[in-house]
Amino acid sequence: MDSTQLLFLFSSFLIVSSAVNVVSSKNLIHAALWLISTLFGVAILFAILEAGFLAVVQVVVYIGAIAIMFIFAVMLTRRENLESGSQVNKSWPFALLLVVVIAAAIGSLMLKWDGMNTLPVQIAEGYDSVASLGAALISPDAFVLPFEVASVLLLAALLGSVYVAMNKK
Amino acid sequence: MNFWSDPINTIYESLMLTFTGWGLDGALAQIIIYVLGILILITFAMIIDILLVWVERKVVARFQGRLGPNRIGPFGLFQPIPDVIKLIIKEDTTPANADKLVYNLAPVLSLGSVLFLWAIVPLAINIYGVDLNVALLYMVATGAFGTLSIIMAGWSSNNKYALLGAFRQVAAMISFEIPMVVVLLIPAIITGSLSMQTITNFQTENFWFFLVSPLGALLFLISAIAELGRSPFDLNEGESEIVSGYHIEYSGMKFGLFYAGEMLHAFTFGGLLSVLFFGGWHGPWSSEIPFLGVVYFCAKALFGYWLIMWVKYTVPRIRIDHMLMFNWKFLTPVSFALLIVTALVHPLLRDAGNWIYVPGMFLSNVLVVWVTVEVLRSRSKKDRTVAETVQAVAHH
Amino acid sequence: MQNSWLYIGLFLLVGIIFPVIPLVLSALVAPKKPNPIKQSTYECGMETVGESLVQFKAQYYIFALIFLVFDVETVFLFPWAVSLNVQPYFVVVEGIFFIMILIAGLSYTWRKGMLEWV
Repeated sequence: MDSTQLLFLFSSFLIVSSAVNVVSSKNLIHAALWLISTLFGVAILFAILEAGFLAVVQVVVYIGAIAIMFIFAVMLTRRENLESGSQVNKSWPFALLLVVVIAAAIGSLMLKWDGMNTLPVQIAEGYDSVASLGAALISPDAFVLPFEVASVLLLAALLGSVYVAMNKK
Repeated sequence: MNFWSDPINTIYESLMLTFTGWGLDGALAQIIIYVLGILILITFAMIIDILLVWVERKVVARFQGRLGPNRIGPFGLFQPIPDVIKLIIKEDTTPANADKLVYNLAPVLSLGSVLFLWAIVPLAINIYGVDLNVALLYMVATGAFGTLSIIMAGWSSNNKYALLGAFRQVAAMISFEIPMVVVLLIPAIITGSLSMQTITNFQTENFWFFLVSPLGALLFLISAIAELGRSPFDLNEGESEIVSGYHIEYSGMKFGLFYAGEMLHAFTFGGLLSVLFFGGWHGPWSSEIPFLGVVYFCAKALFGYWLIMWVKYTVPRIRIDHMLMFNWKFLTPVSFALLIVTALVHPLLRDAGNWIYVPGMFLSNVLVVWVTVEVLRSRSKKDRTVAETVQAVAHH
Repeated sequence: MQNSWLYIGLFLLVGIIFPVIPLVLSALVAPKKPNPIKQSTYECGMETVGESLVQFKAQYYIFALIFLVFDVETVFLFPWAVSLNVQPYFVVVEGIFFIMILIAGLSYTWRKGMLEWV
């Protein structure tokens, strides 16, 4: 076992254990903080894969924006809903069944995939992933249409949220 | 290789030889050397931090016509040492209903998020932590941890004032992050890189970026002040209403960590301002003698820090709605306009040579400022006429 | 794995352990004499009334939402900005188109009065 594998095991343990804590903690703020720890673990995975841009973006967008928004949303709810009540409702056996089925399906698919046994490709020294990403995003042969559509999608999200908030007033 | 022209690499090589000479594995030796280097860098930052306590106290005193610390050592220079000792031996109270783990983690994360920044700050031509190719985004990412620490402190203290302060501060930080990130794109456009080292090297070889983007430097300074939660954007403190905001319940060394983090954060942002717009470590002979570069960098960072202090102790606090309006209705549109103009003008003038490029870019900035001022003038004129007619009707 | 990310990882580790040192030092040296009055919530000498985790204005959430949209946008703009030096001129127009769509969103929220602090 080399150091990369050790790091991978460490970050997967961080991701999985924090994810379990996200769904099991009764306090919503604690759940949000555990979610941040999960997301940070994913950022470590990106860094191990040398996807530096994605690692940093993971922190900027997920921890810096989405997690903060979650916490704001939790603060908007009433305290009584926070720490009372059961963690599960009465359809939990079905959910458990569904989880087992999906996990088995994904697991069997993963076993067939040969990516499990291949080592990550060594990236050449001095390769600038950000510049390549930029070139791909704006080249008409590659992803310029998704790039522009992404902005329309963001616009739709903004308009939708504003519309919903407006009706509440 | 010469110690004076490339100190870090010289030390690195000799330590590597020593450690591998002891029979250590190469990778392990590298990790040990990295940790040693990191410890030295962080210690350097903390020593600056302790000195900053003196600078801050002395400067605010002079602004307010007082003497400031003047008893211990020459000019009260050793004042921070008893300050630190006092913070360490002070009893640390925790509110009974506080969430202990989150409460204790928040100050650590607060200072930590500032220290993280020092990994990428270029102190001199070859004295820096690491030359990351996504350094500008890394800088924004560390800010995310700062925001997180504030919300953790405010929530876990179980105190209304703390929560209010945290919410205000976080709302300000996330709002002003947008113009700041947009302004960060300007050095990225000019150099075609997100690495701090490349940005500084480009400026040493060509021109300082405040010449081509003075408005960008100004916008960065304004949003940095808001990110730091300093006056006029220090609503998180608001002594007359919520006492001291998110760290109201903290005492002793835990408060000390917040305080140290705030000082170092301001200094580091002064340094980043200099890296992005004022040539970083660039100065006479800074390429030949790296230690001179460190001196220039610290001097420029102190100048930025002094600018932030000057604003802080001169301008009164503004209201939260005014602050958020100022950002979303003024700073954000202006920064996007500046970004668009820079993106349009830069490729046109890039090949024309510095004598045309620099004045051209400067004029494009002036144009943005002029249009903004004209728009503001016509708007305020309209508002004034509306107010005057309302008044006239009321008189009748 | 690249050395720069190893360095960043170690830096994060040391950077988070370093601030703990003064806390440990303080815990060893400082007196510990807690009592209920000391540990009560500080509100300028008044007793706390009601819950201390008060509900918040929905406006904070709206600003967080707008921020989120613009944050994702700027992240998309970084690769664009970096590649401007080596790409043809129409690439600039693509990016400006991208920005303008979101500026339209901002002006919509502005006109609908969602940026007001009510």
